[in-house]
Amino acid sequence: MTAKRPLYATVLMYLALASYLIFLGFPLLWLLSASFKSTRELNSLAVNLIPQQWDFGNYIAALERQNLITAAGNSMLVSIVTMIVAVLLSMPMAYALARLKGRLRAAGTVWILVSQVFPTILIIIPLFLVLRSLQLNDTLFGLILVYVTFTMPFTLWMLQGYVAAIPPELEEAAEMDGAGRFTILRTVILPLLVPGLVATAMFTFVSAWNEFFLALVLIQSPELYTLPIALRSFLGAEGQTQLGPLAAGAILATIPSLIIFGILQKKLTGGMLAGAVKG
Amino acid sequence: MTTLERTKASSRPPRVRTIGPRARAQRTEAIALVAPALLPIIIFSVIPLVSGVLLGFTDATLARNAEVGFVGLDNFVELAGDRRFWQSFGIGVVWAGSVALLTLVSAMGLALLLNSNLRLKGLTRVLALIPWAMPPVVIAIVWRMIYNPNSGPLNGVLGWLGIPGVNWLGDFSTALPAVIVVGVWAGIPQTTVLLLAGMQSIAPEQHEAAAVDGAGAGRRFWHVTLPALRPVIIAVTALDFIWQFNSFGLIYVLTEGGPGGRTMIPPLFTYLEAFRNREIGYASAMGNVLVVAILVILSLYLINQFRQNKGARS
Repeated sequence: MTAKRPLYATVLMYLALASYLIFLGFPLLWLLSASFKSTRELNSLAVNLIPQQWDFGNYIAALERQNLITAAGNSMLVSIVTMIVAVLLSMPMAYALARLKGRLRAAGTVWILVSQVFPTILIIIPLFLVLRSLQLNDTLFGLILVYVTFTMPFTLWMLQGYVAAIPPELEEAAEMDGAGRFTILRTVILPLLVPGLVATAMFTFVSAWNEFFLALVLIQSPELYTLPIALRSFLGAEGQTQLGPLAAGAILATIPSLIIFGILQKKLTGGMLAGAVKG
Repeated sequence: MTTLERTKASSRPPRVRTIGPRARAQRTEAIALVAPALLPIIIFSVIPLVSGVLLGFTDATLARNAEVGFVGLDNFVELAGDRRFWQSFGIGVVWAGSVALLTLVSAMGLALLLNSNLRLKGLTRVLALIPWAMPPVVIAIVWRMIYNPNSGPLNGVLGWLGIPGVNWLGDFSTALPAVIVVGVWAGIPQTTVLLLAGMQSIAPEQHEAAAVDGAGAGRRFWHVTLPALRPVIIAVTALDFIWQFNSFGLIYVLTEGGPGGRTMIPPLFTYLEAFRNREIGYASAMGNVLVVAILVILSLYLINQFRQNKGARS
């Protein structure tokens, strides 16, 4: 495509790009700058992205407030365990979905689709009752069980895609030698699946790390709050919120997912088709 | 197995299953592969789903030892006359529809820009992806700061221009548009990446041929890019609408449904009914209505897909 573009078109395109840059970038820069601003500056209507005085105390204040470190620890624990368990449980079924044809595959696909469109609010009400009768509500263990189940459509979908990309001929050779499905899974598929497993695991971590609604319903004790719930509890009535520490806490909460998304940038398209990273 | 075959099979006398040892072994293997994932799915997803539907026909409350009785359609009759619920339903449709359409349009523009030979593409790309990685709670917090009437930059800029400030999230007329803007901001990354992927799968020859025929950029977009992207556009918009209609966290943290219910979307309303008013049965009935609404949208989408496939084949 080397058609010449008239000058006015180029100018218009850069103008459009600039408005996108401002619209998308400004909130991020504002948050970053707010996290370094003093309380007085934050409570004024001054529109400056560079703080007049750099106040690093917000980060310390954020960490001292509201058990933010405990909450970060809870989030880290829940996300890592969810990630490991969801991927381990999904792997054999993803293999079955990719390789064994027939009704199982159809049922699995339908369920993955259904889980994407069903309102979580309808499931959470009985789920809360189930967990309460098992005495697992208001526990991190219960939250992990729910996270594992709710991330599984996504892990299944991603992993079966990675399995489908492995040529079946590789397995046939092993099958000739009389290896069973599990041996094939372990010796042939698993080594080839490692990059896919890592990508899936990282996505799972991010969705558990960012999750808000299920944690809001299932966790009541402040010492069990996950990071999003703890951050939300920072918000007091308008004017009473300490904006500086809040902004600092918000930045800290974003860093892990940001790092992972940076690593996974190239794989975003395939992963998001399953759309598990939903608000 | 089609429905027809199944009917035939069941009308015949039951035949003796002859299953070889090899087939049996394969089936055992399949079960063993599927069981570890299927068990939690059934316990924590399928059973709650079914009981969620059933709860809508009961008078259950959050109280621990309350007697739960079936009340038939009582909840639904009450719901039919519940003005607040239908108001939230309407707001939910406006919210989800606006976010889905505005996201599509903005993401299309951004994807076109990122697909052309401009500088600053890398930076824009990175910036455009960041909202995707951010926890929804953080997104809501940032925008609350931006919309803050007394310290937010939005009113700050208006102040420069001599325009009086607005209580964006607190004013009846601006609250819903304000949360829609946040929804679009948060939704742009996903849609852009998908549209961009779709655009990059269009063979450059198609554009070249159109250019040789004298088609300008606008006509090439209209006659080459847009038709090729049609399936992606429809799928993304339908899914985005459903996700937004079901969404919770963003608006909960931004406004908690306020002011005066102006941003009260159905999942939020249902949550408050279930966990603050403790009316689990009634809330589940609301959930059922939402499911029906989503199924209607979904079937419209599927019928459309089906027609298109048929059209493509003939």
